[in-house]
Order: sequence, then C-alpha cells, then structure tokens
Amino acid sequence: MAVTQPRTLDDLPHGGFGVDASGRGGGRVPQRKRPRRESMADWRWGDRIAYVLCWAAGIALCVIAALIMGYMAVRGVQYLKPSLLWSHPSGEVDQSDSGGFLDPIIGTILLTIIGIVIATPIAVAAAIWVVEYGRPSGLARMVESGIEVVAGTPDIVLAIFGLALFQHGLFGWMSFTAEGGAVFGRSFLTAGAMMSLIALPMVFGATREGLQSIPGHVREASYGLGKTKIATIRRVLLPAVRPNISTGAALGMGRIAGDTAIVVILLGATLRLEKEGGIPGVDVLKGTGSTLTSYVYNNSPAGEGNAPEKAYAAAFVLLLLVVALNFTVDLIARRGAKTGLEGTRLGAGR
Amino acid sequence: MITDHGTTDAPTTTSGREPAGPPPPIRKIVVEAPPTVAPAAPQAAGGHAATSGAAGGWGQGRGEAGPERMTLQGLSVFYGENEAVKQVSLSIRLGEVLALIGPSGCGKTTLLRTLNRLTELTAGAQRGGTILLDGTDVDALEVTALRRRVAMVFQQPNPFPMSIFDNVAYALREQSRKRPGRAVVEPLVEDALKRAGLWDEVKDKLDAPALRLSGGQQQRLCIARAIATRPEVLLMDEPCSALDPRSTAVIEQLIGELRSDLAIVIVTHNMQQARRVGDKVAFMYLGDLVEYGPAEQIFDAPQAQRTRDYVRGVFG
Repeated sequence: MAVTQPRTLDDLPHGGFGVDASGRGGGRVPQRKRPRRESMADWRWGDRIAYVLCWAAGIALCVIAALIMGYMAVRGVQYLKPSLLWSHPSGEVDQSDSGGFLDPIIGTILLTIIGIVIATPIAVAAAIWVVEYGRPSGLARMVESGIEVVAGTPDIVLAIFGLALFQHGLFGWMSFTAEGGAVFGRSFLTAGAMMSLIALPMVFGATREGLQSIPGHVREASYGLGKTKIATIRRVLLPAVRPNISTGAALGMGRIAGDTAIVVILLGATLRLEKEGGIPGVDVLKGTGSTLTSYVYNNSPAGEGNAPEKAYAAAFVLLLLVVALNFTVDLIARRGAKTGLEGTRLGAGR
Repeated sequence: MITDHGTTDAPTTTSGREPAGPPPPIRKIVVEAPPTVAPAAPQAAGGHAATSGAAGGWGQGRGEAGPERMTLQGLSVFYGENEAVKQVSLSIRLGEVLALIGPSGCGKTTLLRTLNRLTELTAGAQRGGTILLDGTDVDALEVTALRRRVAMVFQQPNPFPMSIFDNVAYALREQSRKRPGRAVVEPLVEDALKRAGLWDEVKDKLDAPALRLSGGQQQRLCIARAIATRPEVLLMDEPCSALDPRSTAVIEQLIGELRSDLAIVIVTHNMQQARRVGDKVAFMYLGDLVEYGPAEQIFDAPQAQRTRDYVRGVFG
C-alpha cells in the first residue's frame, strides 16, 4: 500500500477547516450592527390592509373554534351525567325516564370500525396500484377521478343510493328480510358499507401521497438487491407508508363518526340496537341502531325526541371523540416524521 | 485535432489570463469531436499482466487485477432517439476499482445502471451490444439473480425504513416462501456489517431504525446491504457526493479494502476521488468512451485531447 494519496482518516486534516476555529473567541468578533427591521410604515396601503385581513382571519378562526369548544363544553358538562354514558335510551316522554345514550355510543364505535375495516384495504390497494403500476395511465386517471367523485358526493346522496342498492334481494343477507321477501336494507352492515365510501378517499389520498413521497432510488435500491416489485411493495413501501395509512384511517374515522345522513337513512336510527337473526354477534351487525350524531339530531328541537339537554351532552361526547381522533392523527404524523422516510404532515383528502 | 479545440483562440485566451484583466472568456467546448479512440483499451485487452509492467507500474502495489468479471462489448443505450451510451467496450476485473469520470450527462450513470439491468425500468430505454458476467450474457440470467451478483450503491444514502438489522437481512432473504429466521441470517448480517466497517458502531443498536444513523453511516449500511449477498461486482453511483469529507474518507478507505474480493465500478464527478480510489479510469464524454486506462495514465499522460482538457479542468 505504498500510496501517496490519503487513504486513511488520519491523513486528513482533522480539525476540519482551521480558519473558522481560530476566528472564534477573543474579541475579534466584528461589531455587528442590528439590521434595520422592516416596518409596516414602508408598506403600501393595499399591503397593510391585506396583511391585517390575513391576520384577522387567522384570529377569527381560533375564536370560532374556541367558541364551539367552549359552548359545547359548558353545555355538555352542565347536562352530562355519568349515568347517561351507560344507560340504554328509551322512548319515554318524561326525560328523567328516557335513559342515556349507551346504544348510540356503541353504534358510533361499531359503525366506525365497520367502515374503516372495509375502506382501508381497498383504499391502500387502489393507491398502490395507481402509484406503483398505473398502466394503462388512462385507467389510472379514471381510478383517481372515480375516487374524487366518491369524495365529492354528498353523504345524503350516498345514503339514498345505498338504500336503493341494499334493498335488492341480492343483499338480503345484510339486513332484515320480511315475510314476502322484501329486503329492509337498513343495518350496521349496509350503513358501514356506505360509510366506507366516505373514509375511502381519505385513506387513498394519504397512502398515495405517502407512496409518491418515497424517492425512486429507494425502490431501485430494493430492485438492486435482486428483489421483485411485489417484495419491494410488501417489505419496503408498505412499512414506509404505514404512518400515512394510519393518518388517513384516523381522518376517515373522524368523518364516519361525524356523519348523520347515512345513519338516519341506512342505519334506521332506532333508539336502541335492534338485533336481527339468531346468530350471536352477527345479529347486531344485521340489526339497526343509532349513533351519537343521529341521537343528537333526534333529541334536538328539530327531532322527535326534543330533549336538548341530552342532545348537548351527546354532542359534547361526540366532539370529544372526534377531537381525540384528530389528536391521534397529529401524534401519528409526528411519530412518522421521526421514523418514516419522509416526515411530511399530510392534509389528505379535501 | 487542434483546430476544433477552444484554446486555439490564442489572443483571447492570453488576454484573459492577465491578472487584472477582464474575466476570462468562456471557452468553447468540443462537442463534435473526431471519432473516439480509447487508446488504452486494446492494450488492456492484450493482457493485464503485460499492461501493468508496460504502463510504468500503474498498480503501484495496489494488488494485481484478477480475472475478468464483466465484459462490455459494443454497449449502447438509447433513451428514445437519444443515444446516451455509444458503443462502449470495457472489461471489469476482480480486485480492481474502475472509476467512470466525465461531465454531467455523459452517460456514466446510465452505463453503470445498465450493468445490473436497472435501465430496463426506465420507459423507452433500449440497449444494444452485449454484457457478459463471467462469460454469461446478462440477458440470459434471471434479473433478480443478476442483481444479487451485481449489487449497487446509490448516490443518496437510502436505507429502508426498518431496523439496521432488517436492512441487511432484507438483502439476504431470498425470494422464497419460507423466510429464514433471525438465527440463520444473524452471522451473515454481522459479517456484512463488519466488512462495511460499521459493526463496531451499531452492534449495540441493531434494532434501532436505520434512518436514525448519520449520513455516512447510512451509506455504509447501504454498502453492507449490497455486499451481504457476496456479489461479484459492486456498482457505486457517486456514493460520496452527499457526504461530508470525513465520511467520504471512510468510504474511500472501505472501497480500498473491499477491492480485494470484489470488482468495483464507481461513478464519480470528483476527479480527485477517481484518482484516489481508481485503479483504472474510464473517461466518458457525451456518451463516448473517450479514454480508458490506468489511473496514472489518464491523469498524468492522457492521450486524447478531450481527456487532457477535462482532467486539466478546461471544461466540465
């Protein structure tokens, strides 16, 4: 190894670039003049007004959010009794006997789980196909605009469509079927299936952006190790976008938990969980029920229950649930930033 | 030869060199040069033992080159109509570092990526000529098998988002229905990390995420990952360009050590690096292989005018 060039670390100048090191310390630091700060006095009037408007818009949003939270918290705490959380509702006119909202809470959780369980695999699979394969490109564009159409469809339209669809005899197994063969079409299964369409664009968008943010050379590194495309997707890309999938799923769950139209039309919005059929577990899925949103609606002055106190209490619980979900989204996104490939915070979907 | 060369603009050039004069004029670069000669290539093909004697000890005791591992015969790569690599013939030998130098867009990275058929992933890329790996046409090999034998390290350190251990183990686990367990791959992972000079730094945190490592460590992990399958050829695409000088030095030292049981092809922008690590240097320009020969010859006594200009920094 009679080589003249520095081949080892020791041959390199260690202290790095000595000039910097010696320049530091001892009063040789040049007197730094504080740069004159930009002041609004130099601005044009139009810029000043625009600046103030932007600033005011930000503050206004904070105030609105605080008002909502504050009002719901005051009303909620005022009316929320622990017993409301674990007693079944009933249709008594006397509000002291009409029970709590245990069933709507279970309904919300159950429906959210059904929806997200259906939506996530489909959305992730579609995103992988669009980003990693996407041939022919016309079909990929069609898939993307199809999902955009689903995302843009009002939930009430989805609900009506779902009711028409699931009342078909083909889907008789999903809900109650009457003597003559008429299919009821309303159940946790049918509502959950439609709810999945609400969460799907969220999960799809988040997964797609995650995949697109992975640089191409990471895929090539995997191919370069003699891995197939499938192996690369399974072992490298999917683990890398896991935080994105979780973010999208949490956002989608928030959307499902907050939806009313599909619950009212497709879940039946019955006060209690009404079981259907004899198989334990499945009977609940085939049966009808309600969620916190439909409970709030029914107990609001606009609904038939007209018990605003309970509506406020339930709305507060729902708000807490959704805020908790959003908080989870933040947490996942921040943790993803530490371990994932790209620490991008995703504002997926709309 | 001298007519198509920018420096014939003698008056302008000299005036530009005056100390207090105006900034030097932009020199004309040879774009349409006469057909390329690769003077050292036939010599090298004649037999490496003879070359090492004749060229004035280019090996400088760096160890003799072993048998030929890869042979490129008239290799051309097209991106659509554009010929990115033009009729390149080269040989890559065991125990030897081949440095590919040249300005941006000269086709050196394309050439490198063609060796393990990564260019096939680019839509519209086509290849002409043959590449032999130990006498077998690479087209006849299954692409996954080829890439396990001709591994690659990229410009950006790109560990996978998994643990340090899994990064290396991922490379080792073959496409099989039954994945070998940790006990099976553990000694192999350790061996690869040791050869990449990373073991002492990571042996206590093998399960930590690989992306928490520093840039230089990440790149060495990528090298460990690439050499874990004991490939015959290691391709490196500017492996140090994203790294600081100290990490670069560590990796260059590593290249010197790995050279004994691998054939290494390294693409670099940095001529000093090519000189430091390269046994053979190939200068490419606009898709042509202009000159190929021992590092000392390319840098000290280049035969082609364009090599001379590039090495002296006339253009680049």
